[in-house]
Amino acid sequence: MSVALEIKEKEPKPETKKMLVTGAQGVLLSLLEEGVDTIFGYPGGAIMPIYDALYDFSDRLTHYLVRHEQGGAHAAQGYARITGKAGVCFATSGPGATNLITGIADAQIDSTPLICVTGQVFSHLLGTDAFQETDVLGVTMPVTKWSYQVTRAEEIPEAMAKAFYIATSGRPGPVLIDITKDAQNATFEYEYKKWNKIASYFPVPKLKQSEIIAAAELINQAKKPFVIWGQGVLLGRAEEEFKAFIEKAGLPAAWTILGLSALETEHPLNVGMLGMHGNYGPNIKTNECDVLIAIGMRFDDRVTGDLKRYAKQAKIIHIEIDAAEINKNVHADVAVNADAREALQALLPLVEKREHKEWVQSFFDAYKIEFNQVIREQLFPTTSGGIQMGETVRIISELTEGKAVLVTDVGQHQMVGMRYYNFKETRSNITSGGLGTMGFCLPAAMGAKVGAPDRQVVAIIGDGGFQMTLQELGCIFQYQIGVKVVILNNNFLGMVRQWQQLFHQKRYSFTEMVNPDFVGIAKAYGIAGSKVSEREYLQGQIKQMLAHEGPYVLEVVVEKEENVFPMVPAGESVANIRLD
Amino acid sequence: METMPNYSSSEERNYTIFAFTENKVGLLNRIVIIFTRRHINIESLTASESEVPGVYRYTIIIRARYEQVEKLVKQIAKQVDVLRASFYPEEETIFQEIALYKIPMTSMINSHEVEKIVRDSHARILTVDPLYIIIEKTGHLDETRALFEQLKPFGILQFSRSGRVVITKHMKDLSAYLREQAEAYL
Repeated sequence: MSVALEIKEKEPKPETKKMLVTGAQGVLLSLLEEGVDTIFGYPGGAIMPIYDALYDFSDRLTHYLVRHEQGGAHAAQGYARITGKAGVCFATSGPGATNLITGIADAQIDSTPLICVTGQVFSHLLGTDAFQETDVLGVTMPVTKWSYQVTRAEEIPEAMAKAFYIATSGRPGPVLIDITKDAQNATFEYEYKKWNKIASYFPVPKLKQSEIIAAAELINQAKKPFVIWGQGVLLGRAEEEFKAFIEKAGLPAAWTILGLSALETEHPLNVGMLGMHGNYGPNIKTNECDVLIAIGMRFDDRVTGDLKRYAKQAKIIHIEIDAAEINKNVHADVAVNADAREALQALLPLVEKREHKEWVQSFFDAYKIEFNQVIREQLFPTTSGGIQMGETVRIISELTEGKAVLVTDVGQHQMVGMRYYNFKETRSNITSGGLGTMGFCLPAAMGAKVGAPDRQVVAIIGDGGFQMTLQELGCIFQYQIGVKVVILNNNFLGMVRQWQQLFHQKRYSFTEMVNPDFVGIAKAYGIAGSKVSEREYLQGQIKQMLAHEGPYVLEVVVEKEENVFPMVPAGESVANIRLD
Repeated sequence: METMPNYSSSEERNYTIFAFTENKVGLLNRIVIIFTRRHINIESLTASESEVPGVYRYTIIIRARYEQVEKLVKQIAKQVDVLRASFYPEEETIFQEIALYKIPMTSMINSHEVEKIVRDSHARILTVDPLYIIIEKTGHLDETRALFEQLKPFGILQFSRSGRVVITKHMKDLSAYLREQAEAYL
């Protein structure tokens, strides 16, 4: 017998646990089998049988009616990021499904496990340009980890079980299951078996000890080792192993924005943020270190700048679960194709105890330069100008004691938020990294709060991004989801304006915004809110917001033309980071 | 993936990519978009059931640099429904193509030249119809192209060339690869 068939034989056979249900009920029963209790969604014609069945499941499945399917996808992302479970969203066919796409693409590039269930027209209408028919599988193919169209009810349990297995295993990602209306309506004998093997799918490579030994040798010989870590540490739940590893080997470590919060901000070996708006030290030291140890990150261009001038002097160790990421952007001298946690567990006994005192200190010397030139004035402004984004984040950080979940959108406020929030707990930072999706924050914060109702969830959004998905205030109000929304309003698309200032001779082409009364919008949705534009009231207003029961919108009018520095200009070397 | 390059990696060459997959709707699309997204042109593509029942072999020919192919193949291998993906430079493979030529019967009747060309080029006449003949030629691109040029004066009504079918020279079989691969993962 061929191996392909042998492996196939090993795929789980459903146990007998049969009952007669409709396809729609089968979908919901499958969700329960996978431990789902929360769904974000929006009904419509082609998914009505599922919604009809949902009516009888409301004691076991809480459904949040979002106000736009994009909001549903982002909410499911926020939920997934905070809980580590797959986020689930429902949408109807055609426009419902296409509205999900931005969220799916965001989840794909940021490795977020998502189960998107979309209704589809009757199977006999497929390909006829029927009402609300879109080839959603075709449209989403480049941005899903896997997708499947169900045309017969009998396929539902297996499709759902595979969807959960694929979305959450290995490098996670979004999966889309498209179900025709007739498959939802038909009755069939339901039986469910969780999936944990697919013959053609290899999510977790076996750790190779030879790779670990080679990595340990390089680390032990290094004079100037430098760790850069990404979301792989969080996805692999490797925070403890990571900390033990860098502490034993005395390794300064810097984060990508998706890796942020895996190690507390004030840890003596946490040297800050990488990349375009990262800290000064980590950027210049990238081109000074002798061994660069990348863990669970993918050398995104916003992290590396010009690849031809990136860490050329260093030996590079790349610990990464996804084989396709190894040698994709940066050549690895030692590639460890493995789960981060397993790799770090194996590395720990092999690395020698070191301190690298002077080397670590050099990062803090660089930080001092950055602090004096950039940070102090942003966190503790001495001039009488407008409120700084940085000081707002500092105050939020202090008042929440670094224990809140910080959700950010995309742009200046995002960089400032992540640079200056003093994280004490892991899995506390949610942002749109790879795709850079404006409009991500509000729905993602909503999903995060649903996923972690006992934690303070603070959404920091720009005035631009807020207006991209502000309809979700409706969902926040309806279910009283207690997110604290801070709009840092500079009446500009600030990051684009900053680029126009620096690289386009201050030609502010369509970046200035005439904004509505944000607090008035919140009030119209029945959500409490206030506005602050003077420094002396800032702390008090933030305090009031945090103390408020339920959702709150705080508009902070900030300095109109503030720039985010440091900055590695696009296409430049990380060594050429600008402080002003 | 088995072979390391012994030539400059900046040099463009012909590579054969194999993808072994399960027979799933939409998988061809999933594989093809990996190329189109990176602006890499597919020279030829064929798909057929392989020596293992239920496993399909995609044979894709591209012209690219070694490091490009390496990355592409990793992206293909990463697709959930792909069992295995690999690539080989031309010299490690045996390959063949087939071309069909439709010529008006009048050219055959008016001259013996066509018959001579067919014989000399080791082609064969596949079908004879009162109105036309169809000539079949198996061979590499330059050979089928040469025959095309020779037949041109007689009026080629239709011409169709297949994609490349490829067999590798090495002796390892698919099952051995799949077993190895399965063992490399948890």
